[in-house]
Amino acid sequence: MTVIAVVLVFGFFTYNAQVNMENRGIDFGYGFLSQESSFDVQFSLIEYDGSHSYFRAYLVGLLNTILVSVIGIIIATILGVIVGIARLSPNYLINKFAAFYVEFFRNIPLLLQIFFWYFAALRALPLPQDAEAMFGISFLTIKGLFVPAFIWQNFNIFFYSIIAAIIAIIVIRNRAKRVQETQGKQTPVLLISIGLILILPLLSFLIGGVRLSFEVPVLKQLATTSFIYEGGVSLPPELIALALSLSLYTATFIAECVRAGIQGVGKGQKEAAASIGLTQNQVLKLVVMPQALRIIIPPTTNQYLNLTKNSSLAAAIAYPDLVLVFAGTALMQTGKAIEIVSITMFTYLSLSISISLFMNWYNNKIAITEK
Amino acid sequence: MFKYLKQLTSLVAMVAVLFTFTTESMAAKKSKTLKNTQKKGFVRCGVSQGLPGFSNADAAGNWTGVDVDVCRAVAAAVLGDANKVKFTPLSAKERFTALTSGEIDILSRNTTWTLSRDADIGLTFVGVNFYDGQGFMVRKSSGITSTSQFKNGISACTNIGTTTELNMRDFFNSRGISYEPVAFEKADEVVAAYDAGRCDTYTTDKSGLAAQRTKMKNPDEHIVLPETISKEPLGPVVRQGDSVWEDIVRWSLNTMIEAEEYGITSANADSMKTSDNPQIKRLVGAEGEMGAAFGLDNEWNLRIIKQVGNYGESYKRNIADTGILPDRGPNELWTKGGILYVPPSR
Repeated sequence: MTVIAVVLVFGFFTYNAQVNMENRGIDFGYGFLSQESSFDVQFSLIEYDGSHSYFRAYLVGLLNTILVSVIGIIIATILGVIVGIARLSPNYLINKFAAFYVEFFRNIPLLLQIFFWYFAALRALPLPQDAEAMFGISFLTIKGLFVPAFIWQNFNIFFYSIIAAIIAIIVIRNRAKRVQETQGKQTPVLLISIGLILILPLLSFLIGGVRLSFEVPVLKQLATTSFIYEGGVSLPPELIALALSLSLYTATFIAECVRAGIQGVGKGQKEAAASIGLTQNQVLKLVVMPQALRIIIPPTTNQYLNLTKNSSLAAAIAYPDLVLVFAGTALMQTGKAIEIVSITMFTYLSLSISISLFMNWYNNKIAITEK
Repeated sequence: MFKYLKQLTSLVAMVAVLFTFTTESMAAKKSKTLKNTQKKGFVRCGVSQGLPGFSNADAAGNWTGVDVDVCRAVAAAVLGDANKVKFTPLSAKERFTALTSGEIDILSRNTTWTLSRDADIGLTFVGVNFYDGQGFMVRKSSGITSTSQFKNGISACTNIGTTTELNMRDFFNSRGISYEPVAFEKADEVVAAYDAGRCDTYTTDKSGLAAQRTKMKNPDEHIVLPETISKEPLGPVVRQGDSVWEDIVRWSLNTMIEAEEYGITSANADSMKTSDNPQIKRLVGAEGEMGAAFGLDNEWNLRIIKQVGNYGESYKRNIADTGILPDRGPNELWTKGGILYVPPSR
């Protein structure tokens, strides 16, 4: 019954849209995706210019959306965990400072924060010719952050060495776990891991023939008062402002999730753990965190989804994300509103579902398995 | 007897059917958009989100500008009152969807007439109310005086969803210059970013540059370079498929331009009714049946001139006197060295 109702409603809308579009002389179709886009995009992870297709412009926007979401999620998680734990700190100053941060950033609309970080911070940054070098090689200017580019030789050997190190760490961890379960002996897994991840890549430099050099950005004059850095990698200020505001905003919510999670673990649990002689660190690692995570993960998943969807506010400050490039310029140039908006909606839906599925998988993995 | 009666009734029925057909075809001639507009009592007009001289709202919410005047002219013609307009501010991105979906009936928003827009998206351009071209603005202190001094790596601020983005690419590509396009959704943000020093140049239609320059922190620090890199004929747009409405909008604009040509102004329009020149008399509704074909009365054009003024008055009021572009350039009448030339009202 419900299914029939849903089908009927959708059918009605589709039919209506078709009739109206026919009346107004608009064609429907996805053929435009292979046409030449003839507009350029400021910042792209893949090779792209106006001679490529609209589909490639779509990919450029999608990758930029994913990029800013991933950066945002990583920073927001780190910051959120730190602030969340800080809110439980017995130190009055740390505690109040964390509380102030959460209340302040959580209660200002995100769009305003994006404008603030973009326009206020932008005006505060120096012009390229006035920029002070950071560590002598990086420059933070109004036109973006210019950092040295890595130029690798035999990069694949370096890459394999890191993979080898990661595999070795996993093997050692599993072994250590077994040893502890059967013989009760503890292995210093962390020290060994750090050693491996440092030594193996180092060996690839010494005997694998890997060479790394830097290309430092150089100031170039365009006109009497306009300059730009050439060479190296440049991160546009739009990306920096967007990633910064998204993570500062979302971190407040994650901090609250973390705080709630830790407070949700009964006091008796900690006391019981301490009474059997576990150290403070072991209590946190073995008793509190595994239980807190189960409370933290589901609401944090929501925050990750929010961050990804909020990244569409990028259009306001010229960061070329999916909405700006595809649902903006491409929609405008082709006039294919229904097609483009439907693709964009479907893309965001897929992104969100992917994040949900991954987080659900992780949640199931850490859930208590009752025997 | 009954036989004849039967024939008579069928004859009457036939006449009745024919009559309804003729009245219906007369009604059908009255456009659907026109009917809706008269029923609602206001013209639904899409304008920009704020471009001084073209469409800009003051603190009290009163819209002024040459684009606004086109909608006011249509309102004067079809409703008798130039103030009966509902303005909808639209971004460059939203404008065509708003028109094709029926949210507005006229799009008068500094929109460039191009083949692909006219042919593709269910739109019809009715004329040109401003001849424009794309240009570049730079800071005076940069020492740049011509686009030939542009170098690789230059960053250019602009709006998304306009022909500007495409022209810019053609321009830089043809000169082999690599550039960084920084495209914003709204004009205010473009101005703010350029003003802050994010970009070396700001590119859009020259009229737009002149208008936006007035919004800068210090307008005198910026200059518009002399080169024009594209043709941008700006004009009002209507939905495809309502040719009567299309004609009403087209001839409302043409009336304003032709009125200037014949020296009819808002002040002297009434006295022109007794003119000796039949062309002038037609333009003020004193001769001919110029409104009938649109389903309007005969003084529709007189109302436009009286309430909104001719094109020259509108230009002076909105663009020249506000200091945006005092020189009319190509937007002067063809009789005075410009390219404004409209078909005659007769």
